[in-house]
Amino acid sequence: MRIALFIPCYINQFYPNVGIATYELLSKLGLEIDVPLDQTCCGQPIANSGFESKAADTYHHFVHQFKSCDYVVAPSASCVYHVRKHYDIIPQTDEVQHIRKNTIDLTEFLIDVLKKDDFNTWFPHTVSIHQSCHGLRGLRMAQSSERNLPPFSKWEDLLNKVKGIQLVKTTIADECCGFGGTFAINEEALSVKMGKDKILDSLHTHAEYITSGDMSCLMHLDGIIRRNKYPIKVIHIAEILNTQL
Amino acid sequence: MISHVDLGTKYLEDEPRVDWHNKAVFNFRKKRDNTVKSIPEWEDLRDHASLVKDHVIAHMDEYLMEFEKKAMANGVHVHWAATAEEHNKIVHSIIERHQATRVVKSKSMLTEECGLNEYLEHRGIEIIDTDLGERIVQMRHEPPSHIVAPAIHLKKEEISELFNKELNTEKGNYDPTYLTRAARIHLREKFVAAQIGITGVNFAVAENGAIVIVTNEGNADLGCHIPPVQIHCVGMEKIIPRWQDLGIFVRLLAPNGTGQKISVYTSHFCKPKPGSEMHVVLVDNGRSAQLKSTKFRNSLKCIRCSACLNTCPVYRRTGGFSYHTPVGGPIGSILMPNRDIKEYKDLPFASSLCGSCSDVCPVKIDIHSQLYKWRQEIIKETGADPSKKMAMNQAATVLSDPKSFNRWTRLMRFALKKFPRWMLYNSFNTWGKNRELPTVPKESFIEWYKKKKK
Repeated sequence: MRIALFIPCYINQFYPNVGIATYELLSKLGLEIDVPLDQTCCGQPIANSGFESKAADTYHHFVHQFKSCDYVVAPSASCVYHVRKHYDIIPQTDEVQHIRKNTIDLTEFLIDVLKKDDFNTWFPHTVSIHQSCHGLRGLRMAQSSERNLPPFSKWEDLLNKVKGIQLVKTTIADECCGFGGTFAINEEALSVKMGKDKILDSLHTHAEYITSGDMSCLMHLDGIIRRNKYPIKVIHIAEILNTQL
Repeated sequence: MISHVDLGTKYLEDEPRVDWHNKAVFNFRKKRDNTVKSIPEWEDLRDHASLVKDHVIAHMDEYLMEFEKKAMANGVHVHWAATAEEHNKIVHSIIERHQATRVVKSKSMLTEECGLNEYLEHRGIEIIDTDLGERIVQMRHEPPSHIVAPAIHLKKEEISELFNKELNTEKGNYDPTYLTRAARIHLREKFVAAQIGITGVNFAVAENGAIVIVTNEGNADLGCHIPPVQIHCVGMEKIIPRWQDLGIFVRLLAPNGTGQKISVYTSHFCKPKPGSEMHVVLVDNGRSAQLKSTKFRNSLKCIRCSACLNTCPVYRRTGGFSYHTPVGGPIGSILMPNRDIKEYKDLPFASSLCGSCSDVCPVKIDIHSQLYKWRQEIIKETGADPSKKMAMNQAATVLSDPKSFNRWTRLMRFALKKFPRWMLYNSFNTWGKNRELPTVPKESFIEWYKKKKK
């Protein structure tokens, strides 16, 4: 199985530990991992701003970078969702179809492909899960609260196996954090208010950490947490899963 | 030009009010969840409803013709209005023919869309909204802020003050029961004096030419039963094929909107009362143009339950008026650009694309995907402001070219590490207004990886 890592641009530059945790976690499972050095971005920021047609070159570049591997694994549900759902505007060659089908979020990859949920890790903290919208309703990694279908959560499946962890529930299980890509800039006041409400909801549960499969949501929340000195931290799910026992 | 960003940002200045509004609106969502979870066949109902509406959209012309035929056979006068102006003229001409000056109206978002109240008021006709929430906003000379709960933006204290001024109720009496009773007496007088009753319509059944109106206050019933002339204004997408289809929609509508098992009144009107007149005005006003668009036609499936407003984290925090249209919230944001893409070009961007609206929708409209598609259409049709366009061109170049991408991202990291705070946090940095920028690590992931591989 040829696995390549896609490390989104902001994770590469600002949160290398998330990339490292992802890399180490998969390495420990005995997987050979390739990291194409010329990878850039999935193109979502351009497309969500309404400039989808201008994103085509970025889409082609992405496909070209990863075309020779079986799975493109990314610690970011949002980027994965974008590749799967919105790479429909470029010609659907075999390569493009292969990439759209096999670009996969880390949590999904662990649960659905490797069928592994226990990594023998130890994280003795109180944690609330932020189910990112693109992971939740885009990739259906958990049941959204709107639908009347049996509940499940792939994030919880992984975290429940972490020793010492205490998972806590927020009042609204799946409220958006307000990041939304360029929305965070275009609707600044609203975005910050949504983020603040999300953090306060977690604070009420006495969580020490907010975790998520999407670092972009966490970057936004972390920005608000540090500005207001809220007594809570953010941590990517890969970092929890990669802690040593 | 007014925009959601400006109106929403202004609304957000009063944080306690935002929190109150958020909670009040989300309360509908909570009640909705409770009721929906008690209906095991819920997702099947959604599938069925969606299929019926898809079918209606594909055969709307046939069902409208069938409806007209059956309604006329029942003794109903059927009118066709291509535009809002035509709709208003038709309604006015009926009123004029009866030399009426006092009209009562039950809830209708369509007449809001057409501006019927102003049209009739300018022609010397008293038109009274009889839904309590609508009467309140009418007294305040405001539009409704929510399609099901028109006065959800007002606190009981504000309503008390208004009624003190308008209905002479006790000053400082905030008791909702007291205030509702005062409104009831006021509205009863209007009902009894009315010469004409106008209603909106929830469903028009093609099979037998009947119309169905859902209310909680029974005001549509009084408005139809007391005056000798009743006029029903119907957006043409309200048509459904058969009686048996109605069961699906009634089962979905109230639970999803307000969390009630069923609305208090679900009233069926088939033919005029003995010795009186019943009119139905079928309104197009841009709907057939929208039907032509394969990309955007499916928002016509909407049954106006309001669940997408109630669940929307944006609507709840910026209020209905921030959408500057009668139908706000996510559904408004994908309906209104069909009418006027320039006027409403901001609305599809007033979303984090969280997708809650699509999952809550009883007829499975892919609202968040439509928002995304509208963004593309809007940039294509109306252009973007030059600075945004430049930034996007720049991004498109950088993100498809690894060399310049690496230069850019390194430069960004360098700036974040080395620049003093005043250079990073200023009016150019929208992110940093209320958020810290990420802290900068000593090396990037790729740098770490390269070292490791050496």
